[in-house]
Parts: sequence; structure tokens; C-alpha cells
Amino acid sequence: MTVESSALYDVPGPKALARHRLYGFLALVVIAAVLGWVVWMLFHTNQFTYQKWTAFQYKGVQRLLLDGLGNTLKAFGWTVLFALPFGALFAAGRLSDHRPVRWVSTVVVEFFRAMPLLVMIFFIFVALKVEPLWALVAGLTLYNGSVLAEVFRAGVLAVPKGQKEAAFALGLRKTQVMTYVLVPQAVRAMLPTIVSQLVVALKDTSLGFLITFEEFLHAGKLIATNLDYDLPFIPVVMVISPIYIGMCLLLSWLAKWLEARGRRSPKEGATPIAEAGPVLDAQG
Amino acid sequence: MNVLTDNWSTYWHGFLGTLWLTLVSAALALVLGVVIAGFRVSPVKPLRAFGTGWVTVLRNTPLTLLFFIVVLGLPRFSITLPFFTFAVLALGCYTSAFVCEALRSGVNTVPAGQGEAARSLGMTFGQTLSLVVMPQAYRAVIAPLGSVMIALAKNTAIAGSFSVVELLGTYRTINELGYSIIWTFVWIAVGYLILTLAISALFNVLERRVAVSR
Repeated sequence: MTVESSALYDVPGPKALARHRLYGFLALVVIAAVLGWVVWMLFHTNQFTYQKWTAFQYKGVQRLLLDGLGNTLKAFGWTVLFALPFGALFAAGRLSDHRPVRWVSTVVVEFFRAMPLLVMIFFIFVALKVEPLWALVAGLTLYNGSVLAEVFRAGVLAVPKGQKEAAFALGLRKTQVMTYVLVPQAVRAMLPTIVSQLVVALKDTSLGFLITFEEFLHAGKLIATNLDYDLPFIPVVMVISPIYIGMCLLLSWLAKWLEARGRRSPKEGATPIAEAGPVLDAQG
Repeated sequence: MNVLTDNWSTYWHGFLGTLWLTLVSAALALVLGVVIAGFRVSPVKPLRAFGTGWVTVLRNTPLTLLFFIVVLGLPRFSITLPFFTFAVLALGCYTSAFVCEALRSGVNTVPAGQGEAARSLGMTFGQTLSLVVMPQAYRAVIAPLGSVMIALAKNTAIAGSFSVVELLGTYRTINELGYSIIWTFVWIAVGYLILTLAISALFNVLERRVAVSR
């Protein structure tokens, strides 16, 4: 059966199958009607005229879009570069034996997770008068770094207790226990979650649009509001959205692939590493 | 402190705007999320495909892009609505994908044997759903749903840049009056903290009420 076994439905008999086919047919009709309406609307409002699409033939416009995409990826790259160490640092802080360190880390991590990302970006941009790129990267780093700190911490805590005890019994010091025993296993188990969080970071680079950072969406807006090309808004959306969604999808698939690979136990017969449950909202 | 007292009505309006936006979008997201989750677990293939497509696309779309499309794109189809409605549409659709996933994983935590047992007792589909599956799924759903709602409240900040009156947008008005920009943001931050903490408290209460060790 194509339907995964679920508590909701019985395995359908011939009558139910016929009924499902009927529903399926009706659903297809409705979906086709909606799609047809959208396509009709696109034609009706003259979105496929030569004038509206001609802009994309110009080198300058292509350059603009590519530069925008480059800036988006640049902001993303810097964010990854800063957020991972930030997360590691504060995860270590939250797991520290020293109470003040633990306290400070907890406050920092909880605060930046509770604040809307855009508020931080605007604060850094408007109040601290930082350049758009660095305001964006700083905001993204603080937010995603804090979320990653929680991911790392959950990962370390999810390593079976025996591992830590065994390492201490061998006479390793606490730093060694952490770096040689706990962290490698934690990173392995948390890799899909980490990549998922990077998808959030990539999506959120588009917030740079709101602080006039010249990223992908900004380039799109420039073209879309150009009267010479007859305000090609819909064409721009049709070019930009697939690229944005495609980039995020690729990263999401990487996360899914890593997860599937991790579920396959590392060595034949070895016990799979405990999976830490989702502790966080995976949303931007 | 006088930044807050002097601009109380600006802040208050902004806060109410954010609150209202969160509530209305949450309602839309919940309704849509339930419908899409229903599609995704249904035995009808086209509906399942539609649900999967909806969730996959929306979860991988930057919310700013979605706002961009809804606020600036729909008017090209000569659909003109108030900015508030546009914002609710964008936020509601975006969040519905996450609501759907929370609900679906909740339903999937209920073992198939529960449904089989209910059906073998002669329960109808409605009874199976409302008396057996939902009460169990509910418990697994509350916590993730809380996170989704907190994220929604934080995401409403984006609407301010698309001509909706809300809390973050108040900084422009207050900044023009020449108040300390740092303190302006401190009070905005406090406003958001009040909202997110209230939501998390609400969901904690809900969670505690249904917490049963299984």
C-alpha cells in the first residue's frame, strides 16, 4: 500500500479504493482549476509580454542579479563562519562547571533566542550605525549562534552517560573528555539539526532587504520597479523565487540525507548514537 | 524611562498592532495547518501530493520573499487588500506549513494499533479521530506548536517594513522625535519579550494540563 500505516485509516477495501479514486479525481480537478486560474491571470494581466522579459537579456541586469546572489551567499558564508564558533563557545559556557560562566551564557543564549531577529538587525543597523552587511551578519550570528549553542548542548547531553564515565575512568581531564569523547559523537548526532539551522540562516539573509543591504531580493526589487521594462514584477518573482527556494531545498535535502545516513548505524552491529530530540523551533 | 512614558500611545498602538497581527495570523495558520495536515495524512493521493508540495515550498521560502510576493505581487493581479490583510496572508500561509508538520508528527506518534483497536470496537471514523487519536496526538503537539507560535510572534516584526502598524515600526516615529535610539529599542525589545513570554507561559499551562506519563 502507498499509504504508510497510520492510526487514522484502515487498509481500504474495493469500495473505499473506488471512493478514494473519486476524491482524488475531484481534488485534481480543483487543483487544476486553481492552477489554470493563476496561469489565466498571468496572461490576462500581460505578464508574458516581450517588454517585461527583455530586461533579463541585458548584461547589466544579469550582473545586478548575480551580484545580489553573491552578496546573499557572502552574508550566509560569514554567518556560518561566525555562528558555529559562537554556538560552540556558548554551548561550552552553558556546560561549564563554573556557575558564573554558566549563568552568563544562559542569559545570552536565552535572550538572543527570544528576541525577534529583525529587531536585533535593526538595532545594530540603526542604533549602532553599522554597515548593512555587517549588521545583517551580526544579527544572524547572534540569533543562529544562540540556537546552535542549544543544539550543541543538547547533542553533548544526549551522548550516553557511560561514555563520559569511561573517559573519566581512563584518567582523561574534563577538557579531554569533552574534545576527544563527547563532542565528536555529539556533532555526528546533531549534524542534520545543524544543517537545518543553516537553512534558517540562509532564509533569513533575505532580511537584509529590509535594511537596504544589496542582496538578491534587493536586486530583484530594483529591476521590478524599473519603468523602462514595464515594471516586470511578476517576471522577477518567477526568476528569483525558484533560485531562493532551490538553494534552501538543496540544504534541506543535505540535512535529510545526513539524517538518513546517521540513522544507518556507523558500523555493523554498533549501537546507534542516541538521537537528541528536537529541542528548538526550526524557524526563522 | 521617559522614552516609554512620553511615547506611551505610540508604543501601545504598535504593541496592539503586533498582538492583533499575531492573533489573526495564528488563527489563519491553525485553520490552514489543520486542513493541510488533513491532506497530508489522507489516503487520497493528489491531496497528499498537494500537502507535501505546500509544506516543502513554504518551509523553504524566505518569509521576506513571501511578503514581497504577497504585498507587491498580488496587486498586479488587481487584488488589492489592506496591508494588514496582506501581512496576515503571508504570515498565516508561512506558519501553516510549520503547524501542519507539528500536527502531522503528533498524529504519527499515535501507534497504529490504537486506531485498529478503536475500529475493531466498531467506532466510526469521527469517533476514532475525536475519542482515540486526537487526545493522544494533542499531547505531542502542544510543545512544538508553542515554538511555532513564538516564532510567528517574532516574525510579525517583518510586517512593519511592509506598511503595517506594529511594534518594531514604532522606532521610526520615536526616532524622528529625537529620543535616545538605544532606549527606544530597549522598550521595543521589552514589548516583544512580554508577548513571547506570554505565549510560552500559555503553552506551558496547556502542556501541564494534558501531561500524562505514557
